[in-house]
Amino acid sequence: MSTPLSQIFHLYSRLGFGISYAEAKQLQQKTLTEIVNNLIVSSSIPTYLNDIKKEDIPNRKDAMEEGMNKKEFQQLINEKLQELNIAWVKKIISTKSNLVEKQTLFWHNHFACRIRDPFAMQELNNIHRKFAFGSFRDLLVEVSKSPAMILYLNNQQNKKQHPNENFAREVMELFTLGRGNYTENDIKEAARAFTGWTVNKDTRDFEFKEKQHDADEKTIFNQKGNFGGEDLINMLISNKQTAYFITKKIYKYYVNETINEERVKQLADFYYQNQYNTGALIKKIVTSAWFFDGENMGCNIKSPIDYLVGLSRQFSITYSNYKLIFQLQRALGMQLFFPPNVAGWPGGKLFIDSSTLLLRMKLPSALLNNSELEVAEKIDDPDDQAKEHIFANKKLETEVNWTPILEETKGLEFDKLLKIYLLKQPLQKVINKIKSDTALGQKEMILKIVSLPEYSLA
Amino acid sequence: MDRRSFIKTSSLASGYFMLPGFLKPLQNLITLPAQKNLVVIQFSGGNDWLNTIVPFNNDLYLKKRPRIGLKGDKITVLEKDLALNNVLLPIKEFYDNGELSIVNNVGYPNPDRSHFRSMDIWHTASDSNQILQSGWLGRYLDTSCKFSYEAIEVDNYLSLALKGKTLNGLAVKNINQLYKEVKTPYFNDLVSVTKDDILSEDNQGYLYKTLIETQSSVDYVYEKNKIISNSFTYPNTEIGNQLKNIANFISSEITTKVYYVSLGGFDTHAGQVDKQNKVLSQYADAVAAFIKNLKELNKWDDTLIFTFSEFGRRVEENASAGTDHGTAGNVFLFGKNLKKKGILNQAPDLTNLDNGDLKYSVDFRSIYKDILQNWLQTDATKIVSANVNPFNII
Repeated sequence: MSTPLSQIFHLYSRLGFGISYAEAKQLQQKTLTEIVNNLIVSSSIPTYLNDIKKEDIPNRKDAMEEGMNKKEFQQLINEKLQELNIAWVKKIISTKSNLVEKQTLFWHNHFACRIRDPFAMQELNNIHRKFAFGSFRDLLVEVSKSPAMILYLNNQQNKKQHPNENFAREVMELFTLGRGNYTENDIKEAARAFTGWTVNKDTRDFEFKEKQHDADEKTIFNQKGNFGGEDLINMLISNKQTAYFITKKIYKYYVNETINEERVKQLADFYYQNQYNTGALIKKIVTSAWFFDGENMGCNIKSPIDYLVGLSRQFSITYSNYKLIFQLQRALGMQLFFPPNVAGWPGGKLFIDSSTLLLRMKLPSALLNNSELEVAEKIDDPDDQAKEHIFANKKLETEVNWTPILEETKGLEFDKLLKIYLLKQPLQKVINKIKSDTALGQKEMILKIVSLPEYSLA
Repeated sequence: MDRRSFIKTSSLASGYFMLPGFLKPLQNLITLPAQKNLVVIQFSGGNDWLNTIVPFNNDLYLKKRPRIGLKGDKITVLEKDLALNNVLLPIKEFYDNGELSIVNNVGYPNPDRSHFRSMDIWHTASDSNQILQSGWLGRYLDTSCKFSYEAIEVDNYLSLALKGKTLNGLAVKNINQLYKEVKTPYFNDLVSVTKDDILSEDNQGYLYKTLIETQSSVDYVYEKNKIISNSFTYPNTEIGNQLKNIANFISSEITTKVYYVSLGGFDTHAGQVDKQNKVLSQYADAVAAFIKNLKELNKWDDTLIFTFSEFGRRVEENASAGTDHGTAGNVFLFGKNLKKKGILNQAPDLTNLDNGDLKYSVDFRSIYKDILQNWLQTDATKIVSANVNPFNII
């Protein structure tokens, strides 16, 4: 009695960031239920990012007064944002709490935010982590009160006399209901409900400024009342469309970019009945028999983070300079903490164009086998789209200890190796063509396999 | 007859034989009349247009810019109380002969002062509060093209502007190197066994389709390009090399319609004058060489150059002798047969500001529509949804 490797690989690809062959083999003796439960239990107590200290990030005005010039301040922010990015990537690579990071990444994209305050960005990231499996309502309240989101979506400027609709619009369009489920008037009125939700300039924490709040009557979703921000959030939560909108996105993320409408509706009902308990929804999904259906395996495109982290974990890559991984994220089209806009990374096929596909197919040789790669050596400021990259062919500063990898896969035939490294098998003639090169050693075979387009499938 | 002159005299025939099998449908296109080329040059970082096309006669200009304002021998008067920053003198001859038109106050409603958001808006042609995930030239590919190489970005990454919903442009920094990369035995093997298949519609099929298209596009561009020898001298700068590459592509008569390059270094918050002058002068030298080269190649009549930046900068200088993020700015259009010439509309109004920034009077999407409709000859309304009329200078 053992769990099939294919199921373990699928599970770890979806609930985590991949698994090495050695680890997967060890898990085989456990039942599927035990493995799933382990994944969930190991993620029950998250550890937080705390690399960026509040006192390290002066606000701009103070910094100027203390004699820092604009350029120095900009550089400080750039360095700290990069530090934050690298800290999270390292955490994802080394974590035992696979699922918590996977779901944090989901919320990171769902509540996409990009401001030049590394501490506030870290804080928001930790909110995503803290409520990863909790109630979506609580998460939404915390996100709405987070300085990062308030600043990003201009709620700081949302005052009784001059309402700013940005936050109200995005909370409906992107965070809860989705387009077409509200009117322009709902947005106008909802903006009034959120007036006074601000960031205190000194403490840099959330502050409800009663003076700026519009406490008068509003009409939202055909209801009249003196609604405040939390009232509006409750109205959004009590609307079943929100459960459907979130469930559909979660289904695409964990199961299949092509949705099964009937199934998503049932899951949305479940989510709604369970008070938006995200952990319960995920557990429901991964313990369903259809989770392991052939059509749901190897069908999604790995995000650049899944791709990079997966490769790093599977081969225990040591980076002598993590700046490389910061630059590669950008080259592959997904740099953590730098989403393209408030809608996040569009994902799926949109991660793939000729440049990014070629890079994915060349990276394994470069990262695992020291072959040369043209990489960006200098991208100072992702917010200055100056693209000041100087490209040069060079070897990446990475190290991989191949001995244990070759040891554990010793004697395995090509077809077996394919199943270890790929979640979707190539066409038979592709296999035949690659296999026909009989001079290949074990290492070359593995390199060829992880350089295939299929390695980009999850 | 040597090889090059043989190819010159029989370029149509040789073009046909060099087509890889995958691109055979192209043979039908080859007899079409000379096609139009669009060359987009992006200024990344937000160019300070007020120190580019200078409102020198406006008292407010020097009053608000006591340290960085340009005057006297730093500028050359054009018209409408505007003058050219002298580092741009290399392109003045095109202004003088009606081949450079300058539009003032270009922007969009509710401007966003963040680099990446505003660049997104310019790339996607969206409204300020609307998120689109495809670029305007990407959607041009979707609606009007068949192959990714029909829009080439001379860079290693592809900008959002060239990403469509179904078709993406091709990023080519160096065609010879890219060719080497995509023609490895390994890639050849993968392509050779899959290219004649009807690939599945799923993501696996999509990956192979992208791979095959990439290889055949690169193959095609490389084969056409390798016979080109262009001895015209360009300045030895990044933008000079990029434009020379584009001139080579154009003279190779590939069926690419859109070329895209970006030039960085415009985010001049401190010590602006020297920094901006350096990049502007690189731009002017490179563009001047490019246009002269195209004239020599008899390709200038079919080429339109469009230059923009994601925003202009604040009217008032800051404490570090620089400028902060602003709103409206200029665009440049270079071309042979522009309908209206010179400076096309009123100089920026420095009195009537929006939070210290210029108010726009021309929506950039009206210029996109003009380019799409009247230069690339396609239905612009399918690509740009904004309810604006084409600008009508092309």
